[in-house]
Amino acid sequence: MIEYHFRDWLRGDNVKSVTENLSMKVLVGIKRVLDPQVKARVKADQSGIELTHAKMTMNPFCENAVEEAILLKEAGVVEEIVVVSIGVAKAEETLRNALALGADRAILVLTEQILEPLAVAKVLKHIVEKEVPNLVLVGKQAIDDDCNQTGQMLAALLGWPQATFASNIELQDTDATITREVDGGLETINVNLPAVISADLRLNEPRYASLPNVMKAKRKPLDKITLDTLGLNTANRLTTLAVNEPPARAAGIMVATVEELVDKLKNEAKVI
Amino acid sequence: MNLSDISSISNVKVNNSMNEYKAPLDDMNFVVNQLIGLPELANAIDCEDANNEILEAILTEANKLTSDVWSNTNTIGDRKGVQLSKDGVKVPSEFHKAYWEYVKGDWGSIYFEPEMGGQGLPFSFAMPISEMLQASNMALGLCPMLTAGAIETLQSHASNELKAKYLPKMIKGTWSGTMNLTEPHCGTDLSVIKTTATPDGKHYRIEGQKIYITWGDHDMTENVVHLVLAKLPDAPAGIKGISLFLVPKFLLDEQGNPEKHNDIYAISTEHKLGIHGSPTCVMSYGENGGAIGYLVGEPHQGLKAMFTMMNNERLMVGLQGVALADRAYQQAVGFALQRIQGSAPGHRQKSAIIHHPDVRRMLMTMRSITEASRALTYVAAGITDMSHGNKDPQQRDLAARRVSVIIPIVKGWVTELAQEVTSLGIQIHGGMGFVEETGAAQYYRDARILTIYEGTTGIQALDLANRKILLDCGAGINDLLVQIRVDLDQYSDALTSTRQMAIDNSISGLEQSVQFLLDGARHDIMLSGAISYDLLMQAGYVFGGWQMLRSASLVSGHENKQFSANKLTTAAYYMDHILPRAEAHRLSLIQGSGSVMGIEAEQF
Repeated sequence: MIEYHFRDWLRGDNVKSVTENLSMKVLVGIKRVLDPQVKARVKADQSGIELTHAKMTMNPFCENAVEEAILLKEAGVVEEIVVVSIGVAKAEETLRNALALGADRAILVLTEQILEPLAVAKVLKHIVEKEVPNLVLVGKQAIDDDCNQTGQMLAALLGWPQATFASNIELQDTDATITREVDGGLETINVNLPAVISADLRLNEPRYASLPNVMKAKRKPLDKITLDTLGLNTANRLTTLAVNEPPARAAGIMVATVEELVDKLKNEAKVI
Repeated sequence: MNLSDISSISNVKVNNSMNEYKAPLDDMNFVVNQLIGLPELANAIDCEDANNEILEAILTEANKLTSDVWSNTNTIGDRKGVQLSKDGVKVPSEFHKAYWEYVKGDWGSIYFEPEMGGQGLPFSFAMPISEMLQASNMALGLCPMLTAGAIETLQSHASNELKAKYLPKMIKGTWSGTMNLTEPHCGTDLSVIKTTATPDGKHYRIEGQKIYITWGDHDMTENVVHLVLAKLPDAPAGIKGISLFLVPKFLLDEQGNPEKHNDIYAISTEHKLGIHGSPTCVMSYGENGGAIGYLVGEPHQGLKAMFTMMNNERLMVGLQGVALADRAYQQAVGFALQRIQGSAPGHRQKSAIIHHPDVRRMLMTMRSITEASRALTYVAAGITDMSHGNKDPQQRDLAARRVSVIIPIVKGWVTELAQEVTSLGIQIHGGMGFVEETGAAQYYRDARILTIYEGTTGIQALDLANRKILLDCGAGINDLLVQIRVDLDQYSDALTSTRQMAIDNSISGLEQSVQFLLDGARHDIMLSGAISYDLLMQAGYVFGGWQMLRSASLVSGHENKQFSANKLTTAAYYMDHILPRAEAHRLSLIQGSGSVMGIEAEQF
């Protein structure tokens, strides 16, 4: 039986403790991706995934980045949350979703081109220089291309510290303490601000937008700029040769003895 | 992405079980936009927020709540059921979490007055959202559904003082609402209720017993607000002597917060065929001196007050039929795609059962009935909005007349067909559907209540035949049939000429049946009761055909070509295989009451 109090529920589950009142500005990068719950279909010409009429949504790791920004704002550490996305006109829906969750305003950089991480980092750098945030939050990777590069590249281009795969963030006046999820366990580091932090899934549990906030989001400011007007070299450097479905799983077999199993694992599957 | 990421994404977001629910967002958006006609509606009722952008954003978010959170609690509620303890009724803890996510999101506030915390959106917007709630967990969905009915009643009839005290909390959802009508000896006929209300200072003391009270007691909200029908000491006999009272589970303190337990207790909960997660309570009032209640509206006008919410509640039960039909369909599709059995015609190897034509017949039957039901139910909500809010009073009256004819058809026909659709869902699963573990059986069991509560199918049929046709000599339904003919002309190229002719003939058939009733009822007092079910079903199939015809035509400009091709085929299937049933009902009803009533009661 879950014990709880009704009023706690209404206040929200994950309230950050207020340390001190800072008035930081956070910029959050957001990517619109194919909904992870729908089955991806390869285009007939193998040039990529079929996205026409497919259900699209905010990249799950970006949801964690947005949620963290909102928690920081609710804790009084952050004053303004600006969300940025680069993509087609429909990416406005994804930005509006972030506004419904609690971001203050949005910037949409319009392009039909599918950008690689370096190009995305260049565009974000441009925005960062204009907006001058104290902190940039991004998802650690996008679930469509799984690159895991944009945050790192952005930090390098800006000459800022980076803290990737964050599972806990504590902001102080001029620096931040971040717990990172690394292969061997958890690592805690301290970075000076401004910095780029990339969010991992365990950073928080993203909320659902409420009905009144979905409606209010339509009236929050959203600026659109076209990629061409930025004068950046965003040309792709990779060529996709072909996209294929993963091979269908072969049927299993029954083995008679433990020895046979070990032999197969060793010599056929080559996993031990 | 490393392995732990994949597992945590699937823990948080993806429910891999067979019976996960995803809202049919494309069809919902299409029906609200095109079939209700969102721009025309927004303009007629002067609601700026009722636009497509807001609709899409709202539905996307509601789908997250219902598919991620609500849907997973459906089987749990079915298996755990509810428990009556000395502290009252307890519902599964998983329901608490799901419900309070709903409260946090303010999802119950859609169409209520902004002054009381509502969003002021049209009732039409509540259709897709409520469909998602009911499809993802109908047992739980009943709680907010009944609360909405109680809110509507209080909005129209309660004093400003009662409204100010109760409505904001109920609209927020922190308090829930119930309807207390039925007593052990009276269900459909409320004229003989025994519950009494005795004046006691500014309030009343309520004593008596009520049964079948859905969500009558539970531990999920801070308070439960009962609307109770009872008789005052000076009440005239019969229907005219019934008054309506607000009786809270917890009396309020000075600040308006729940404080002392009122003299109301759930004394037992029913064991039922379905909706196990929904507590159906026997409520006892006044065992310790009388429960404190407050009069709602005028004395002796209680039934009239209750009836203000009746139309919407009946529509919502129809919507529950749409919801369960859709969920059963989704699960059947999932199973048919995965289950490999036999080699279908044209397949050399063993194939998934979806390739077998008879399975396809069942899936198309489920699909076309569900889409026609959704279209008719949502359109009825659109007309309801027009009947409340149209700036033009003439249009408002016209809409009110139309909605009164459509409501019994939506409630009766849609829920009857939900029985067939959820049953086909089991049939497609074969033996796997008859055992409980796949979950297909739950929709069938849950659906069974739909033709019973809020007025049985028989009551809906009598409402249609007697009050909606005989009383106005067929004017209301004939007015609708004229509109259907206008649409038929306007959309004359939507389907092949054979199918256009089929719908044309079905309209003539319905006109004949209406006339048959009008002519025959004068000479045969048994006639309307004996044929009303057939008439209701015939009208349902024809009205469903009307909406499928409109769908076939209005889908032509849809940006998703696959959606529009599928809709055309579903409409064609409806005309080919579902609409002919209308004629069978006509052939049955023109036989009159003879063999229905031929054997004397004593001979049974």
